[in-house]
Amino acid sequence: MTMPKKHSDLAINGDNAVALAWKQIDPDVCAAYPITPQTIIVEKFAEYIADGEVTTEFVCVESEHSALTLCTTSCSAGARTFTATASQGLAYMWEMLPITSSMRVPVIMAVANRAVSGPININNDHGDVMSARDCGWLTLFSENVQQAYDMSIIAPRIAEHPDVQLPCLVNLDGFILTHAIERMTPIDTQIVKKFVGEFKPMHPLLDVKHPVSHNLMDGPLFYFPHKYQMVQAMNNALKVAKDVFKEFAEISGREYHLVEEYMCEDAESIAIVLGSSFGTMKEAVDQLRREGMKVGVAMPRVFRPWPIEDLAKLMKGKKSVIVMDRHLSVGAYGPMFPEVCAAALENKDVPKMYNFIYGLGGADTMVSDFMSVFKDVKDGRATRINYLGVKQ
Amino acid sequence: MVNIANYNDLVVGDRVIEAGNSENFQTGDWRSLIPVIDIDKCIDCFTCWIYCPDDCIIIKDDMIVGIKATHCKGCGICAKACPKKAITMTPEE
Repeated sequence: MTMPKKHSDLAINGDNAVALAWKQIDPDVCAAYPITPQTIIVEKFAEYIADGEVTTEFVCVESEHSALTLCTTSCSAGARTFTATASQGLAYMWEMLPITSSMRVPVIMAVANRAVSGPININNDHGDVMSARDCGWLTLFSENVQQAYDMSIIAPRIAEHPDVQLPCLVNLDGFILTHAIERMTPIDTQIVKKFVGEFKPMHPLLDVKHPVSHNLMDGPLFYFPHKYQMVQAMNNALKVAKDVFKEFAEISGREYHLVEEYMCEDAESIAIVLGSSFGTMKEAVDQLRREGMKVGVAMPRVFRPWPIEDLAKLMKGKKSVIVMDRHLSVGAYGPMFPEVCAAALENKDVPKMYNFIYGLGGADTMVSDFMSVFKDVKDGRATRINYLGVKQ
Repeated sequence: MVNIANYNDLVVGDRVIEAGNSENFQTGDWRSLIPVIDIDKCIDCFTCWIYCPDDCIIIKDDMIVGIKATHCKGCGICAKACPKKAITMTPEE
């Protein structure tokens, strides 16, 4: 592939867009294990390595558990390290996820969101990333291919910041974004390289002049304070992300926020959603606005750290808030619902809160379905928790 | 009061950023029995010194002179390893 000219648009799928971002960044190490719908990212990136377009050391590993173990240690050694996975792969990495974050190494991992078995299913929902949400990783979501590319460039800047030093998940919806070709405006490679900059690891293991030990055993005296350090890092990440988004807007013309809003300003009822459904819901909002309904939709760009202040501000004075969860904690609510409710408690008056579970295992959710959500809430048909499309 | 360290005093990320500081971590209070060496039986073969996992056999002028009580965990390996049975695990006062 020839180098794209500055701001000349590409027709590209989400996985290739992530691989392109990685190519422009040229990380030191990449280790990954193939799993649909992530496979294309690493396949494409392996091509770049084979063609000599990047200097990255690619390590073939026998499993995702080994992939993340290798990435964690290579990042501790002082190498900028990227990986990618999905679904069962992320599940198999789970044991290492909290270790990577507590070791405070900024590994970047693309997650091509896919349902977790069982029943076995390869289609999109957020079951994989939601099962990783308590592991101390920064978590970014993208609405379309352009954003999957942009977030891949932004992620290392937030993760590697001296005040943060945490690994980062970059989410893109499986198939909907990973395999669908969209129009995308890339950034010139030299500009990307300058923006991302050089990786300056803290206390790298390969700095032989300053011998260090990583990942030691913590007794009760130290475990809790080390966790609290991560809380502080997450809090810092809110400000760092805002600054990086601002800087990114200067090189790309695309401005991102902790919480992306669409028509929320004067809305009476708003929905909160993650990933590609944000785009579908914007269209639903447009159509409902034409019918005179004052509705809006928002997406937490940054899911970890959870942007409590921005969400509280967003929900202030709203009549109802609808939380769209593309995952289900069976026996409770969707994973985002209690978190949105908790953020709503920051305000004096709490809106009426509704939870809609939708699109599990890739169940197709159309503009008309999202329109029905707002209408069900308006007409009093919605209950606290609703299962969109399930025949009851 | 819950006894935990101040997070501000800790290096970020569960790391030790200097070498050779296990000397500062005194494990002597883990012990229930302390090895006592009968110097008359000891032949200075250094078997205990080789086997001690915590480097607690004190040697002076090529002679075994005692036990480093600040770090000896009382594991008893030295007493087992001694070919002359010169070391006895003894309760401390």
